[in-house]
Amino acid sequence: MKWRELGLLAVVIVLCVACTMKDRNFIDPHNIDSILLWMPLLLTAAIGQFPVIVIRGIDISIGSIIGLSAIAVGVLLKSHPDLGVPMLFAIGATIGLILGILNGALITYAKIPAVVTTIGTLTLFRGLTYMVCGGDQIDASLVPDRLTVLAHSGITVREVTVSWLLIFALLLGIITALLARFSQFFGNVFAYGSNPSAAYLRGISPNKVQMACYALSGLTGGIAGVMFLSRFGNASPASAGSGFELLVIASVAIGGVKITGGSGSTLGVVLGCALLAVINVALVVLKVPADYQTLVYGLTILIALLIDALSRGVKKQGAAA
Amino acid sequence: MKHFSSLLLLGALVLAGCNSGGSGTDTSSTATNTGNSAPSGDTGEKLKVVFIPKDTANPYFKPVGQGIDEAKAKYNFDYQEQGPATADPTSQIPIIKDQIQRKVDVIVLAANAPNTLNEVLDDAKAKGIIVLTVDADLTGNESHRAAGILPTDFAKVGESQLELMGKQMNYEGEFAILSATTTASNQNTWIATIKEKLKDPKYSKMKLVDTVYGNDEPMKSSTEMEGLLTKYPNLKGVLSPTSVGLAAAAQVLENSGNYPGGPKAKNGGIHLTGLSTPKQLKKYVDKGVIEGFQLWSPKDMGTLAACLGTSAKRKKIDLKFGTEVDGPDGKKYKLDDKGVVYAGDLLTFDKTNIDKYDF
Amino acid sequence: MKRPEWIPAILSIAVFALFWYLSKDFRDIPYLISNTTILAETGLMAIGMTLIIIAGNIDLSVGSILVLTACLMPKLAGHASAPVAILIAVLLGAVMGGINGIIITKAKLPSFLVTLATMAIYRGIAKAMLQADSAEVAPNVKGLDRLSLLGMPYPLVIFLVFALVIGLVLHRKVLGRWLFGIGTNSEAARYAGFPVDRATITAFAVSGALIGIAAFCMDSRLGVARPDMAPGIELQAITIVVAGGTAISGGKGTMVGTLLSWLLMYFVTTGMGVMNIKAEYQLTIIGLILIVSVFGQQVATSIASHRLPKPTKLSTKP
Repeated sequence: MKWRELGLLAVVIVLCVACTMKDRNFIDPHNIDSILLWMPLLLTAAIGQFPVIVIRGIDISIGSIIGLSAIAVGVLLKSHPDLGVPMLFAIGATIGLILGILNGALITYAKIPAVVTTIGTLTLFRGLTYMVCGGDQIDASLVPDRLTVLAHSGITVREVTVSWLLIFALLLGIITALLARFSQFFGNVFAYGSNPSAAYLRGISPNKVQMACYALSGLTGGIAGVMFLSRFGNASPASAGSGFELLVIASVAIGGVKITGGSGSTLGVVLGCALLAVINVALVVLKVPADYQTLVYGLTILIALLIDALSRGVKKQGAAA
Repeated sequence: MKHFSSLLLLGALVLAGCNSGGSGTDTSSTATNTGNSAPSGDTGEKLKVVFIPKDTANPYFKPVGQGIDEAKAKYNFDYQEQGPATADPTSQIPIIKDQIQRKVDVIVLAANAPNTLNEVLDDAKAKGIIVLTVDADLTGNESHRAAGILPTDFAKVGESQLELMGKQMNYEGEFAILSATTTASNQNTWIATIKEKLKDPKYSKMKLVDTVYGNDEPMKSSTEMEGLLTKYPNLKGVLSPTSVGLAAAAQVLENSGNYPGGPKAKNGGIHLTGLSTPKQLKKYVDKGVIEGFQLWSPKDMGTLAACLGTSAKRKKIDLKFGTEVDGPDGKKYKLDDKGVVYAGDLLTFDKTNIDKYDF
Repeated sequence: MKRPEWIPAILSIAVFALFWYLSKDFRDIPYLISNTTILAETGLMAIGMTLIIIAGNIDLSVGSILVLTACLMPKLAGHASAPVAILIAVLLGAVMGGINGIIITKAKLPSFLVTLATMAIYRGIAKAMLQADSAEVAPNVKGLDRLSLLGMPYPLVIFLVFALVIGLVLHRKVLGRWLFGIGTNSEAARYAGFPVDRATITAFAVSGALIGIAAFCMDSRLGVARPDMAPGIELQAITIVVAGGTAISGGKGTMVGTLLSWLLMYFVTTGMGVMNIKAEYQLTIIGLILIVSVFGQQVATSIASHRLPKPTKLSTKP
């Protein structure tokens, strides 16, 4: 574990301790469940966003990819109510993958900057979401129990349930962490992220790296879309995944993945998601009045960022001495 | 590359053309209609009615639009629905401006905020457009619209909801409210009534422990509901008078298993009720997660709006505050001193009747 | 054809012609001029955003600055005269923008993250302050959008004047040179002796001041301010800027591009609006136009410099 992750872990722990001191309910198993359930969707999408940001890109369309995947799978359930859970995830993942490839192609081959492409596809995919379902919401009766059960059953340790969704997301995380350490592909991603021209000279194909990263981000977004159905039991074309892009990018960036590229770790991303989950659930359980929640949320993020900046300063001084 | 780029540009333009072509047919047909009814008004010529919901995706407004649409032959008008993509206080302003420019005769509007639309609605009024609000009125700014149509008497909604909640939890124990946003005026009215009515001795053993806000977002609503379960271990009831909140709460409650008859029910389980369309909650009623909940008929509200709007435009009725006017079913409807009229009664849905409704 | 801005210019003309042909409600010049009042506010935000993006930064909090200023101004100004109210709005906006700039430069944090936080903070203050209330605007500052000068509504005149002034500063003055330098390579700019921090903070503060004017226009137009209004307007402002050819990686862009892109956006939204095209189709078409406009400019630039975009040519920033 590096300095950066240690600092973030400390912030998460301090926040948890402070919340528990404020209100014992914070460590109630129900509340821990709530925090753990907050994470899987975000973490899954963030794992895909991670390599994208490492290569100095960004995928702002992720919220709409989640929405389109959730709604399209819901519409499919209308005509094929018997589809199995693995099949649903496979379909969601495929839809996401296609959207991701489209992003990747526009960025790689049409040379449109990633921010522009994905702001464009953010609205484009949201428009498609409405068209797929004709503006209708996916009612709870369309979402089968075998899918929703994944959000509230799993491995239970002392009354705390680690849901299958979270286990799935964490597995994705572990795989990514292993790949990041050992695979050629992630080696190329980091090399490209730190210095694109040097990477090119070393024979790394920038096109392949870029395409793969955006495709991956779409893929995880598609999976997160099916998780959305599982977690909430219904989906509307307006709200499904809407606004998630900022949460996902924030969790990756707070997790220490540099926006300027080339560095970051899976553990950091997991901790970034955990920090956001803790803050958002704490606002509720500590009874922060609704009118003050946005303000407290913003201030907490800013303070976390400043602590991080401070710790970097300390580290630099330490290195100098 | 040059060819490719010009091809792409051309493609985009054609595409834009095709897309607008779809609605373009509507526009051209209505264009000829206005040609016929040059001085549109009391001649009984075809009118143009447009419905502006809070946003395009809210399933609640579908039956309202249906109610208007089905009345178009009877009252001889062209109907279009045009909502904003997001339900915020300013998103309806450009749409209202567009309708003024399109010279529509009647605007039926579910206002996103009671006070941001005044200026643009005055412009509409100056052009002779009849503006009716449905479902969400311009409370405090009633003079900026011709009349406000509410689906039912909102003063009674809070009371009925409390009574339903009370009946389910046997009039005793702790309960909480899961609302939409702190600025939603209907919600605030109902919550205020509930607090007032709780002073009644009948409800003396019921205690409202908390009011939380899910912002009508699935994620936030779920987290708030989970928070309620954590914060109040003795909770007996949750009342969510908003469809997004109620659906999210139902899923959370099902997951927790702590509903009456549920696998993990503690002291009889938590009773959940509120307001929503029957279609959205059928699954939970069938499973017993929700015993019963309420709503009015959104469709009747749409039909009444179509009738009043076109009749007023043709000067068959005068929407003067405090008078009675003829409704679509031959019945008289009374506008109160703020110009508010009620379309019908509150319906209660449960296992016995939920299959009868299709909205 | 060295200047890639001709792409949004041509697209504007094409879209204008298309709607002129398709819709009789669009065929109405006085309406087209008077209807600019709403998008002129977003335009003012796009002017400042152009400076910020050229210097290699981004400000996600512009919508929250707009809303907080719009909510605070009526409270602070009370029944003061319009010039006083404008001054208050400009100062409020400049302070909020300046705070962003100071945190970014002094704590050396990415602008994306800092403004993500201040986006929640500024709107959060507005929510905590007003709760379920609204701020009523004094009658004497209402209705600016109904007054016109030279046949144009005031908000449009204000937008055009500031586009011209800030455009001149950007392309003719030393501040502009600094911003382009910082956006191209901030380390190199520092070594070259550019006051990197000061220029960056200035860009954020100027953007904030322009947002203050936009907030005044908004207050004047609506007669009331609410903490929950105009969500997502930051994305609209950023879209206008990047569709106008300003590189999100910094160092490249023009005010003319932003202005033309604003015009394109205006024709597209107005045309689709009067034709009652469904909101979901509108979203899709706007997304497509953004991509087409930027792609077109990309291709135009490479054709102008007589080479095709090669995979080896890489941007060095996100």
